[in-house]
Amino acid sequence: MAVAEAKRDAAEARLSALALPQGGWAGAARAEALARLRAMGLPGRRDEYWRYTDPSSLVQADAPKASLFDPKDEPMAFTGFDRVKVVFVDGVFDPAQSDDLEAAGVELLSRQTADIHWAQSLYGVLEARGQTPVRRPLAALNSAAATEGVLIRVTGRAAKPVSLIYLHKSETSDAVLHHCVKLEEGAELTLLENGPAAARFNKVLEVEVADGARFHHIRTQGRDHERRAVTHIFARLGRESLFKSFTLTANGVLTRNEAVIELTGDDAVAHVAGAAVGDGDFHHDDTVFVTHAAERCESRQVFKKVLKNGAVGVFQGKILVKPGAQKTDGYQISQSLLLDDHSQFLAKPELEIYADDVKCSHGSTSGAIDETALYYLRSRGVPLRQAQSLLVLAFLAEAIQEIEDEGLAEDIRARLESWLARHGQ
Amino acid sequence: MLEIKNLHVKLEEDDKVILKGVNLRVEAGKVHAIMGPNGSGKSTLSYVLSGRDGYEVTDGSATLDGVELLEMEPEERAAAGLFLAFQYPVEIPGVGNMTFLRTAVNAQRKARGQEEMSAGEFLKVVREKAKALKIDAEMMKRPVNVGFSGGEKKRNEILQMAMLEPKMCILDETDSGLDVDAMKLVADGVNALRSEGRAFLVITHYQRLLDHIKPDVVHIMADGRIVKTGGPELALEVENNGYADILAEVL
Repeated sequence: MAVAEAKRDAAEARLSALALPQGGWAGAARAEALARLRAMGLPGRRDEYWRYTDPSSLVQADAPKASLFDPKDEPMAFTGFDRVKVVFVDGVFDPAQSDDLEAAGVELLSRQTADIHWAQSLYGVLEARGQTPVRRPLAALNSAAATEGVLIRVTGRAAKPVSLIYLHKSETSDAVLHHCVKLEEGAELTLLENGPAAARFNKVLEVEVADGARFHHIRTQGRDHERRAVTHIFARLGRESLFKSFTLTANGVLTRNEAVIELTGDDAVAHVAGAAVGDGDFHHDDTVFVTHAAERCESRQVFKKVLKNGAVGVFQGKILVKPGAQKTDGYQISQSLLLDDHSQFLAKPELEIYADDVKCSHGSTSGAIDETALYYLRSRGVPLRQAQSLLVLAFLAEAIQEIEDEGLAEDIRARLESWLARHGQ
Repeated sequence: MLEIKNLHVKLEEDDKVILKGVNLRVEAGKVHAIMGPNGSGKSTLSYVLSGRDGYEVTDGSATLDGVELLEMEPEERAAAGLFLAFQYPVEIPGVGNMTFLRTAVNAQRKARGQEEMSAGEFLKVVREKAKALKIDAEMMKRPVNVGFSGGEKKRNEILQMAMLEPKMCILDETDSGLDVDAMKLVADGVNALRSEGRAFLVITHYQRLLDHIKPDVVHIMADGRIVKTGGPELALEVENNGYADILAEVL
C-alpha cells in the first residue's frame, strides 16, 4: 500500500536524523520499540486519531525553528515550592542547575547502571501495551530513541515533589525525553513538570501505580509561542490506587498531549484534567484513552480550553469499559470557551462499554462568554476586563479543582490570571 | 438625585418600542414605588438605567446627581452609585460569592479613588451584614447564586446592596418568589439602608411589599409611560380595585 509505504519512509527519514542509542540495559526495549515503529510508520493526516491535528511538523526529520520567548519578569511555575529540581536544557540533563538526585531516589536514564530490574519491566512496556487498539507511533519513536529522562522508584511517601524543569535555549532543539515512575504498594509521589523544553519536544512518561499507591502529576507547558510538543502518559493502576494528572497549557504553536490510562485493579481512581489557553497561532490537542479493566473503578476526564484569535482546540477522549468491569463510574467533560468567531473546537467523545452495570457520562460543549453573567458583574462595578477574566477562570475552575494541593492550585490560578492580563482578557 | 426625562427606548433586535416618554424625578432620602401591569415597561426601565445590552435609547435622558447615566458603561454607573437588585439574580458557576462581593467592593472603591478594603476588614463587615440577612458562611462560600433558593438569591442581592452602599437603589420585583417571612427579611434589610443621602426606586406588582417598605411616592406605569403619581394611598387603590380603573381614567 502506498500510504503505508509513505509512512514507513517518513519513519526512516525521521530515524536517520536521530542518533539511536545502542546496547545498555534498555537496549532490548529500544530495539523492540524500533521494530514497532517500523511496522507502523509515522502518523499521517488520514489516521483516525490525527484527523483534527496535522502531524507533519511533528514527524518531519528536523525540528521547525522556534524562537526563544522572553518571559520578562514572570517567574517559572512552582517557584517557591520545596521540591527536588531536575533540570533539562533542550532535553539534556544539566547537573549544575539540578538538586542532589541520589538523595531523592531519582536516577537518570542516561547514567543508570546499577539495579535496574524494576525499570526494565517498565521502560517501553506500558508504551507497547498502549499501542492497541490505537497506534501511537510517536511514542514508539520516543522509546526507541530516548537517551535522557528520569527513573523514579518510590517505596514510601516521597518527602518532596520531584520537579522536572525543561528549559529552552536553542531555536532548533529537538528533544526526546523518556521518564519511568514506579510507585510501589502504598507509596505516594507528586511529580511536577514545567517549561517549554525545546523547539520540538517528544516526551513519554510511563507510570506504574501499585496497589494503594497515590500519584499526583501537575504540569505546565511553557508559553513559548512557537514551540511544538507531543507528549504521552502511559499509566497502569493497581487496586485502590490513585492517579491524578493536571496540565496547564498556555500558548505553543502545536501541542498534542496523549494520556493512556489502564485501571487494572479494583477500586482504582484515575483523574486526568487539562486547562489550555491559546491566543492566535495555537493548536492544542488532548487525546485521552481510559480503559476500565477492573471493578468499581472511577475515572474522570475534565478538559477545558479558552481560545481566541483563531486558536484551535481538539479533544479526543475515550472511555473503554471491558467485560467484567462492573460498577465502573466514568465521567468525561470537554468544553471550550470561544472568545471570538475565528476560534475553533473539535471534539470526539467516545464511550465503548462491554459491562452491563456501569455508570458513564460525557458532555462536550463550546460557547461564548455568558453575556448575562458579564452584565451582572459589571452592574456591580466590576470593569469589563476583570469581569471577563473572572468568568474565564470560573470556566476553568472545574479542571483546576482536580489539583489536590491548594498551594499548587493557587500557583496555576495565578499563572492563568497573568496570562489573561497579558492577552487582553 | 435621579432624574429621567422623556425617555424613549426600543428593543435593538425587533424594533419594538417599550418606553414611550418616561418622566421621573426621585429626591435623595425618598422611596418611590413603581407599579403597573405586566408589559408596562417597568423592568425595561431598570435594565436601561443599569446599562444592559439589547436596548436602544432613541430619546431622552437619565441623570444621577446631574451626571448623564445613559452614556456610561454598566460598571461606571455602579461606581457612580447606582445599584439594581435583579428580579432574576444571575447564577455564576465557578465564582465564589465572597470573591465576587470583594471584587465588586474593591473595584468600586478603586474607581472612586478610595483605598481597597483589606481581606480582614472586608470579612468583618460582610459577616456582620450577612448575619442581619440570615446569610450563613456556607452561602458565602458557594458560587454566586448557584443552588440558592429564590429567597436566598434575593437576600444575596440585598447583601450586595448593603456592601456596595449605593446612593440610588433600584429594586426590580424583589418581592417576586418570596414567602411572607423572606419578604419581611428583605424589607428589613432595605429599611436598614434608608438614609437621607440614599434614594430607592421599588418596582413591584403588589401592595404587600409596600406594607414593609413604606414609599413616599407611588407611580403607576402603563404602556411605557408614568400615567399617574400619588402618595401611598395609590398603591392601596391598586390593591383594592386593580389597574383597570386607573388606566380607564388616564388613557
